[in-house]
Amino acid sequence: MADGLADGPWAELLVALPLAGMLLALPLGGRQAHRLALLVLAAGPVLALLLAAQLWQGGVVGVALGGFAAPLGIALRADGLSVLMLLTTAVVLCATGLAARAGFAPRPGQGETRAGLLFWPLLLALWGALNAVFLGNDLFNLYVALELLTLAAVPLVCIEGKPEAVAAALRYLLFALLGSVLYLLGAALLYGAHGTLDITLLAARLQPGPATWMAGALMTAGLLAKTALYPLHLWLPPAHAAAPAAASAVLSALVVKASFFILLRLWFDVMPALAGLGGATLLGGLGTAAILAGSLLALRQERLKLAIAYSTMAQLGYLFLMFPLAGGGTEAQPWSAGAWTGGVLHAVSHALAKAAMFLVAGLVLQAAGHDRIRALQGLGRAMPVAVFAFGLAGLSLMGLPPSGGFVAKWLLLTAALASGQWWWAVPMLAGGLLAAGYVFRLLNPALSAGEGQGWRPVRRRWQAIPLALALLSVALGLAPLLPYLLLGLGRSPAAEEGLG
Amino acid sequence: MTSAATLYGLAGAALVGIGLYGLAVQAHVLRKILAFNLIGSGVFLVFGAVAGRGGGAGGGDPVPQAMVITGIVVALSATALAVALALRLFRETGRVTLPPDPPAGARDG
Repeated sequence: MADGLADGPWAELLVALPLAGMLLALPLGGRQAHRLALLVLAAGPVLALLLAAQLWQGGVVGVALGGFAAPLGIALRADGLSVLMLLTTAVVLCATGLAARAGFAPRPGQGETRAGLLFWPLLLALWGALNAVFLGNDLFNLYVALELLTLAAVPLVCIEGKPEAVAAALRYLLFALLGSVLYLLGAALLYGAHGTLDITLLAARLQPGPATWMAGALMTAGLLAKTALYPLHLWLPPAHAAAPAAASAVLSALVVKASFFILLRLWFDVMPALAGLGGATLLGGLGTAAILAGSLLALRQERLKLAIAYSTMAQLGYLFLMFPLAGGGTEAQPWSAGAWTGGVLHAVSHALAKAAMFLVAGLVLQAAGHDRIRALQGLGRAMPVAVFAFGLAGLSLMGLPPSGGFVAKWLLLTAALASGQWWWAVPMLAGGLLAAGYVFRLLNPALSAGEGQGWRPVRRRWQAIPLALALLSVALGLAPLLPYLLLGLGRSPAAEEGLG
Repeated sequence: MTSAATLYGLAGAALVGIGLYGLAVQAHVLRKILAFNLIGSGVFLVFGAVAGRGGGAGGGDPVPQAMVITGIVVALSATALAVALALRLFRETGRVTLPPDPPAGARDG
């Protein structure tokens, strides 16, 4: 690749382009907004790949916006973790944008609708906010990006105006606001104690003390509320189930991962030395509770979208098992890199698989007009490709080989056994079995030979979108080395050697 | 002798506490939104205390003040969105409280 390409302003563009698109989409109006949005979304994977090339050639990408250096200026920083999340986000959003045309693109002969106009700018705002989170290197800017994310995500939940969606959106907003204000209080304390919020500078200056401890606890609690970790999960299932399917896909796949990403930055980049065994074990315990409670609740749901939403709650639990597995000791721990990589790979493979599942749920709603699981007999014959995609995505959730979920769980399991903390392997294995239970329970009526009622036909090319996502989630398991190498670039020492 | 910065900090902490209590206890959505704003004001006061303490003879550290301004803008937009949603909830359902937590095994509705 030419040097010019590798030196381009890709990180800046990844934040600026979606936001510019959002501003332009509004005046364009409901008949054209989707065209512009899809065009901008299509640039996403290209930009993310260019940034990956830049990272590959020159190491960690750092940008001081406007030439102002930290601590005063706003710094963007892209390491392997950022680029992997940016790539995942771009791919999932492209697929979601294509699938969302079914519900939000203008139909010939119909006037402009409010949902059709607002969906696309909101989707672009969400993308810009996600990219700002993944590239941010300043704790205050991460707060602003998180808030922008919330302000884009909440209206997406209730964009169709159904009363239950409005209630779910309001509950989501209140939880999210509580989370971000706790995070901001922590940021204030950190600034007071150390005089900077730039992650790199802060990591170098960090001194243990009551203010730092308090800040860490407040920020972690706030981010847990936004990531919907048990017992702060109450808002997630109603919000993700009430949203239109395309929005659910983005919310479940990406939005909850953004706050988790900041948590990773906080624990592994900012204050690894402070992360004691107690806090890490608490996070692991809550993750365990989330896996068990979420899976059991997913097994009991009567509606497809609610079942998928509860499965998100369970799958988010796995992400928190990496904290006790990656830390606690006093010496370098060879398994900690495995636990960290396993957790991140799980976030990526879950993003792809869960987006595929929600998009299939959207097709089911389109075809059947409802999503009652028991009444889905004969669905497999009506839309085989979509049901196959759902099964493949389920494979990744269960952690069966060959899939991204398998590699992620394998790395986490290995870390659990190598570090002698075998008890963390129990929820992983139980969660895999329970996931198999709820995925088969959802697939079973679809594959049975009932007549079903008159399905509205769904074209193959709509079904191909979730299939592509599900295939990618499986492909992650076939080529695990690529993300593995990418994640190694610019990885924080704590991720290599362990917390504490 | 307590300095002004300490007073600001303590007042901020008290506001955060009152707001957290309100957010947890009050059922009325508007009261919850107000409670969130109380927490926000408390956090901004803490920022103010930080700014006052960090400054030399020439006044306070300007960076926390810039952060407070950004924070106020964010809190204002979030409050506007929350109030709009609360109004919508009232118009659609006639209720001003959130429905109780969804039952675990939600039946067909």
